Amino acid sequence: MSISPSIVDHVARLARLEFSSEERERLVRELAAILDHLAKLNELATTGVEPTSHVIPMTNVFRDDTVGRSLPREAVLESAPERDGEFFKVPPIIETEPGP
Amino acid sequence: MDLVRACLDRIDAVDPRVHAFLSVDRSSALDAARRWDTRRADADALPPLAGLPIAIKDIICSQGLPTTCGSRILEGWRPPYDATVVTRLREAGAIVIGKTNLDEFAMGSSTENSAFGPTCNPWDLTRVPGGSSGGSAAAVSAGMAPLALGTDTGGSVRLPAAYTGIVGLKPTYGRVSRYGLVAFASSLDQIGPLARTVADTALLLQVIAGGDPRDSTSADLPVPDYSASLPGGVKGLRIGIPREAMGAGLQREVNDAVLAASRVLEQAGASLSEVSLPTIEYAVPTYYILAPSEASANLARYDGVKYGLRVRAPDIHAMYTRTRGQGFGGEVKRRIMLGTYALSAGFYEGFFLKAQQVRTLVRKDFTVAFGSVDLVLMPVAPTVAFKIGEKVRDPLQMYLTDIYTIPVNLAGLPGISVPCGSANGLPIGLQLIGKPFDEATVLRAAHTYEQSTEWHKRRPQLT
Repeated sequence: MSISPSIVDHVARLARLEFSSEERERLVRELAAILDHLAKLNELATTGVEPTSHVIPMTNVFRDDTVGRSLPREAVLESAPERDGEFFKVPPIIETEPGP
Repeated sequence: MDLVRACLDRIDAVDPRVHAFLSVDRSSALDAARRWDTRRADADALPPLAGLPIAIKDIICSQGLPTTCGSRILEGWRPPYDATVVTRLREAGAIVIGKTNLDEFAMGSSTENSAFGPTCNPWDLTRVPGGSSGGSAAAVSAGMAPLALGTDTGGSVRLPAAYTGIVGLKPTYGRVSRYGLVAFASSLDQIGPLARTVADTALLLQVIAGGDPRDSTSADLPVPDYSASLPGGVKGLRIGIPREAMGAGLQREVNDAVLAASRVLEQAGASLSEVSLPTIEYAVPTYYILAPSEASANLARYDGVKYGLRVRAPDIHAMYTRTRGQGFGGEVKRRIMLGTYALSAGFYEGFFLKAQQVRTLVRKDFTVAFGSVDLVLMPVAPTVAFKIGEKVRDPLQMYLTDIYTIPVNLAGLPGISVPCGSANGLPIGLQLIGKPFDEATVLRAAHTYEQSTEWHKRRPQLT
């Protein structure tokens, strides 16, 4: 099962990743081989089988909406690559961003 | 103090060659040891792990200590909080001696995917210790720490335990809190204990197990006394060996060692029978859709905004793609790509949904098997530890290493690896798998086996 370079580019955009042209070439090959193996699942009939999203029987785990201990703001902002007072600082978010 | 000093000396002596540790917290460990020594006079009041050094896989948050996840994207990051398991360990008196090496974001079976270099197997430094918890396993195997924590999403505690000749347990999904465990695949990840003996493993599990309001996927079920149930023996225990797991593709010595181990348990009073897990051959492709898909969502947070690496760029989109492109290693990027593809519009039904359905079939196989047996017995890995560099160029070959461990994660069951043999001086592991939340039976059988043999007494010859 081969995968086209344009699909690789599309998926890379979705994943916010960038690749050199050698990396991209290698990825096309590696993903094709892996996808071939994954296609094995098509041997199994699964009509009517419930998908498993969670292995232990559990629904709607709620807690009361009460105030508890939070992380101190300063402790969190200490990790910031760039900050401005109480804010994380980032480069401009321009209007014309590449499409999905 | 003597114990902590001995571990630190051992780390100084052998870790330059083994490379199990990414960071060692010498001064805090010595301070903690000093404190526990003064409290020792009052022996009755000592908590269960008082003064015991423990090594923690570097994907578990330890406040103030670097937590890199084996990745450049978190190089230098210090978490502002402890994981629940670390809090419980500290309360039990354990001393965190350092953070151990791993495959980046727990993605790998050999610890070769670490951004900071591989860990070497203490039994043969030219071979891998297994992964992704290779550092933790090597630390215990080489005598650098008596206890360690690893994580297991597709076999990452059991495999390195098998390759390094120690005990490693993956608890039932939900048995141990994941709060503070950096997420790889949220429906599969579990933190697990690594130690030299089953008894030590049981002790460590006792401390970390139990529901946690900060992890909504943790089970609010009582934790039995694991240590108390160890000496029960295996009389009348029904053990099933899956026909699909033996023979084909197994290294001959592994096949022989695992079968010999089953006969030891039979001698001790267990009854053996054959069971069938027909979907086991679909477990690896199922996992390599589900885990990368969940990972693609979990790793979206590494974007250079709030923590970790940021690569400077003129606009935010370029900052994301450059930071992630440079910060993540090849295997991580490969899995994010796989997962994003499997979840994307047009491919979701054929890949992700299909894999979730096959996961149900894998679970059903085990449910049927447990209708007639109490434990399932099989190998941990198809071979003993392979050479560093041997499989790294072929991702698919690497993925197939997990063929016997992945089904257990898909089904959410408890599984243990105990040493049961050796081939050319390299350890072989025996895997025992139990019903959900039945770690007590798994540990009891593992302990009975261990005490009937000498494998757990062997040590790698590292000077």
